[in-house]
Formats: sequence, structure tokens, C-alpha cells
Amino acid sequence: MAKQYYEFKPYNVGRWIIWGFFALLLLFVPKLFTSSLSVTMLSQMGIAIIACLSYNMLLGQGGMLSFGHAVYSGLGSYMAIHALNMVSKGTLPIPVSLLPIIGGFAGMGFAVLFGYVTTRKSGTPFAMITLGLAELVFAMSLMFSEFFGGEAGVSGNRVVGQSVFGISFGPGTQVYYLIAVYTFVCVALMFAFTRTPLGRILNAVRDNPERVEFIGYSTQRVRYLAFIISGFFAGIAGGLGVILFEIVTAEVVSGIRSGAYLLFTFLGGATFFFGPIIGGVLMVLASVLLSEITKAWLLYLGLIFVFMVMYAPGGIASLIMMNLRVASFGFLRKLWVSYLGLAISALVLLLGAAVLIEMVYHLQLNLSMGPELRFIGIPLNAHSPDHWFGGAFVMLTGLGLFELCRRHYVHEWGEVQEDIEKEIKRREAL
Amino acid sequence: MSGATNMTQPALELKELRKSFGKTEIIRGVDLVVQPGERVAVIGPNGAGKSTLFNLISGRFGPTSGEVLLHGKRIDGMRPYEINRMGLARSFQITNIFPKLSVFENLRCAVLWSLGYRYTFFKFLADLEDANDRTEELLEMIRLDKKRDILAVNLTYAEQRALEIGVTIAGGASVILLDEPTAGMSKSETTRFIKLIREVTEGKTLLTVEHDMGVVFGLADKIAVVVYGELLAFDTPEAVRANARVQEAYLGSTVADSQAGGH
Repeated sequence: MAKQYYEFKPYNVGRWIIWGFFALLLLFVPKLFTSSLSVTMLSQMGIAIIACLSYNMLLGQGGMLSFGHAVYSGLGSYMAIHALNMVSKGTLPIPVSLLPIIGGFAGMGFAVLFGYVTTRKSGTPFAMITLGLAELVFAMSLMFSEFFGGEAGVSGNRVVGQSVFGISFGPGTQVYYLIAVYTFVCVALMFAFTRTPLGRILNAVRDNPERVEFIGYSTQRVRYLAFIISGFFAGIAGGLGVILFEIVTAEVVSGIRSGAYLLFTFLGGATFFFGPIIGGVLMVLASVLLSEITKAWLLYLGLIFVFMVMYAPGGIASLIMMNLRVASFGFLRKLWVSYLGLAISALVLLLGAAVLIEMVYHLQLNLSMGPELRFIGIPLNAHSPDHWFGGAFVMLTGLGLFELCRRHYVHEWGEVQEDIEKEIKRREAL
Repeated sequence: MSGATNMTQPALELKELRKSFGKTEIIRGVDLVVQPGERVAVIGPNGAGKSTLFNLISGRFGPTSGEVLLHGKRIDGMRPYEINRMGLARSFQITNIFPKLSVFENLRCAVLWSLGYRYTFFKFLADLEDANDRTEELLEMIRLDKKRDILAVNLTYAEQRALEIGVTIAGGASVILLDEPTAGMSKSETTRFIKLIREVTEGKTLLTVEHDMGVVFGLADKIAVVVYGELLAFDTPEAVRANARVQEAYLGSTVADSQAGGH
């Protein structure tokens, strides 16, 4: 019997190249972006990547829509910062670089505890219970200020003890490289998980839980184990956050944080393993850079999310993969004009909408500074009807053009798919 | 064969099995003994309780009262996965596979538990030689080896039915329950498919719900006639044909047709 297994073995060449590239990227990216802001952002991205991937173990691989994933990363953070303070006091003799592991075990422990309740159910009841537990933990964070530190949170100092080989974790780059190592190892481990029996059965549970019960597996047990493993990686992300920020506030267990994991994992793409990596990067870009540009950044984010759910439910990762498929058959050149049209009309639409949104925000928040505002270099007057009409006109024009381009694109996409089908048939016939 | 196998332990035994949904009693006291290696066709009019009977045996529902014994051990009230681990597998009337996994992955998932991999997360699937070999073997058995990497959702209906059977037999269960395996198939597809079922269930105990009388009399060693939740007859095809009560209650002209070779 020919052994042509359809999946690559983990030590396959193509895979070596991808993982090697990933390692090199982690190694050299701080050489390209050297400012302290960018090093902090890169560190945050590493953490967000681990968190989103651990979340996707539930959402994308197990079909579990959790509204409370921040509970596990957040409680991991709290345990790690208390451990850090014990290290500072000299009561806990471990190196700072191992704190994320403590966070991981804390996240895992709470996943064992809470997961036992949540994973008894699937689907909507599962989502509801995770939401309830998340609210419960957040409420507790305000009640038990001894542990959670109240409004001010709990702070610590990552520079403790003797530095080993000059590594004190004082400079930001040293913290970055610690996070980079954790990111690489965690991404590799979570990828490996998808190639194991439990990882595959988890996909089966997502697709058809009933049938899984008739091939010998308890779906409840599968969900529970996946939940625990996911909690472990979430906790590691939480522990890394402690080393980076040296402070933990109740925000880390909040529903907002849980929502962000859900939103960005979805935007990145839950159906492909690498989707949440894109999501994690976007999460940091949005919360650090977009929030600098505009106060209304959450609103823009919401709009983008709605757009994605409607038009590209597979997230950015699936858009990439679909176009890679087209490109591999050499048909991408038929589409680039459509893409250009889509991009330009979308930009026009966005510009018009942004003008209106910025003026509304200005009226609400900054009116005391006069009706004039500047938005990406454009002078606007929130009291001038011309500017309102102008903004609305640009937006509607953009919307109309976008819809035209979209219809044209859908038509062309269909044709290209038919061509690909024909091409496949032709190749099979050879 | 009946004389010799009567001495051994029955593969499957139902004792005074009952099931009610609300006030309606669907299964009304069924007693049945199936010997190892027997092929039993369960027939009966629509709504007679055939599928419910399968659901009770396979653990989808628990019975209201009565016992189900698999190889002499009680399994009534157990979860489906516990029953499956004890050597009973079933297929479904409405195709019930993993649509977003490939044909190969569908079968491999169904193989894993029986080879002892359980909830393993420290071994790569690609390294499980025995599971992969067994999956390849199954692919050839159900004649889907050319479709191995296609997502199950993209298969034709007949191929999906074959995969359904493949997933059912993958774990090597000794007692197989097939709920209308040929439902929705054309005449020629059915003939081919029955041949396939015969092959893949060789040496196993088989219970199948079937509507096509030609198939029933061709495939089964014994026929169980279920009418209104009761077992009206359980005997060889010839005896069931001759049974006056069965003819009166259910078969009637159908038997005459098939005897005349018209069906």
C-alpha cells in the first residue's frame, strides 16, 4: 500500500522553511523597528498572538464561542504578578523568565475549575455560561481588593535579583526577546496540537458532536480537555503581560478584553491556524495606533467587524487563502482591476464616513475648542452644512461605487472559480 | 447455523424493552435474541418504531424499562460512546458524517479510539502507522480511495452513504446497526451498495432497517417484523413469508410481489 499521507509530516521541508522564517522574523523585527514604542508594540503583539491562538483553539477548532476567555489570561496575570512580588520579597526563588509558566498553570487551574461547568454544555448554553462566569470574575475583582488590588491594580518590578549573563529584563528589548521565545514555542506547540488525535477529534466535535459520541468519544471530555489546554496558553499570555507592563488591573479579566479576543480572532480568521496570528497583530495595531489617530477608533473597528461578518466570514486568513488558490492557477491577473476598483471605492466610502464620524465626535466632545477641526490634514467645520453635505456626498458616492464594484467582482470571481474547476478537470484528464 | 450458535452467548439481547415519549408508548415490550454472526433485517411500516429501537440499543435514548444486553452485559442507559467502546456501532438514516473534514480524516477519527489513542495530545497523527494503515484499508474497502482528500460535504450522495458505512465499521465493532443504509438510492446503486455492505460486515453481527423487500430477503438470515412497537415475528425469511399474521398485518401483497419476482 502506497503511504502517501495527505498531511505533511512535521519535519517536512516546506514546514521547516515557514517555521525558520517565523523564527527569523521574531529575531530581526526589533532591528527594523527600533523605537521604544515599537519594541513595546512588538512585545504586545507576541502576547496577543498567543492569546488569540489559544482562544481559537476553542472558537475555530472546537466550535466553542467563549465570551470569557480573558478570565484565564487575566487570572494568569494576577497569579504571575503576585508570584513576581514574592520573588521580589525573596519568598519565591524562581527566575522572572519562568513567571509566564506560573501564569500558564494558573490559567490551566482555573480552566479545570470553571471549564468543568462550562464544557458540560455546547453551543448557546456554553456561550451563556462563559459570559456569566466572566461577569462573575470581573465582579469579584472589584470585591476582593486584597487579591485584585482594587482600582489601582497590583504592580510589581520585573528587575529583581542578580542579572544572569547581563539579562536583567530592565531594557525593553530583553523583555521583547523573552516574549519572542515564548511566542515561538507556544505557536509551535499549539500548531502541533492541531496535528494530534485530540486536536483532530476536537474538529470532529465542532463539525458533528452527535456522531463523535458514536465513534467512542465523549464530546464533553474532548471539549473539557481542549478548554484546559487553551486555558494554559491563555495564562502564559497573561504572565507575559505581567513582565511587560509590571502592573495588572481588573481590565485584564473584563468583558471588554474577552470581546477583543473574540473580535480579533474572528477578523484574523478562525478557520485557519494562522488567522489569529494576523488577528493578534491587528489587535495591537488597532489599540495602539488607531486609537492615536482618532477617538472614534472603536466605532471604526465595529464597522469593520460588521463588514467582515457580512462579506468575509472566514476573516483575513480565508481571503488570503482563497486568493492564493486563484493565484496558484494563474488567474489572479484577471481580478486585479476589480481589486483596485474595490479598494478605491472603499477608500472613498471610508473617507466620507470618517468625515461625518469625526464631526459628530467633535460636536459631542470638543465643541468648547470651536467648531473647526483637522482630520488627516483636512480642515473641517462641524457647524458648516457644506461640510456635512460634502461628507455625506462623498460617502454615498463611495457606497454606490463600492456596490457596483462589488457586483462586478462577485461576477468575475464566479467566472474565475468556474475556470479553476475546468482547469482541475483538465489536469485530471491528463 | 442456528443450532450450533444457540449454545454461545447472544451478541445482542433485548428483554421486555419499552420506551414512552410522554404518554405515547412507542416500543411496547420487545424481546429479541440475536446470535453472533447473524444478519437481521428489521422491517415494519413507517412509524412502527424501528429507528427508535435502534436508538435505544445504541444509547441515543435510554429505555423507559427493560434491558439491553451486548455480549451478555447490560448496556441500557449507557452513553453512546460507552456502548461503542464495548463493540457496537451504528449508522444513521440521515447521513451523519463530519462535513468539513476530508474523507480520510472522517475515517481516521472513527479509527482512533479502537486503536487505543483516546484523547492523546502528545503524538502526531502522521506518526500513527497503525491508524493510518487501517484508514487506507477502509478507504479501499468502501471504494473511496480516489476521494481521500475531498471534504465529505463535497461527495455525491451515494459516496456519502458509503462513507457513513465506513465511519460505522471503522472502529471494528462486532455488532453493526445500519439504519436504512440504502435510503434515497436508485435501484442499481442499491444493488451495488448491498454487495458492499455484505463485504464490509463479513463475519459481524448485523442489524439493518430496510424497506426494499428484495434486498431484505436477499441479505438477511433472519427477519424481525416490528409493528406498532411490538415484535410481530422473528424468524428466517421463508418462515416470515409464510407467517399468516405477518401477511395479514403488514406484508400482504408485497410478499406476493417479491415471490412472483416482480419486486
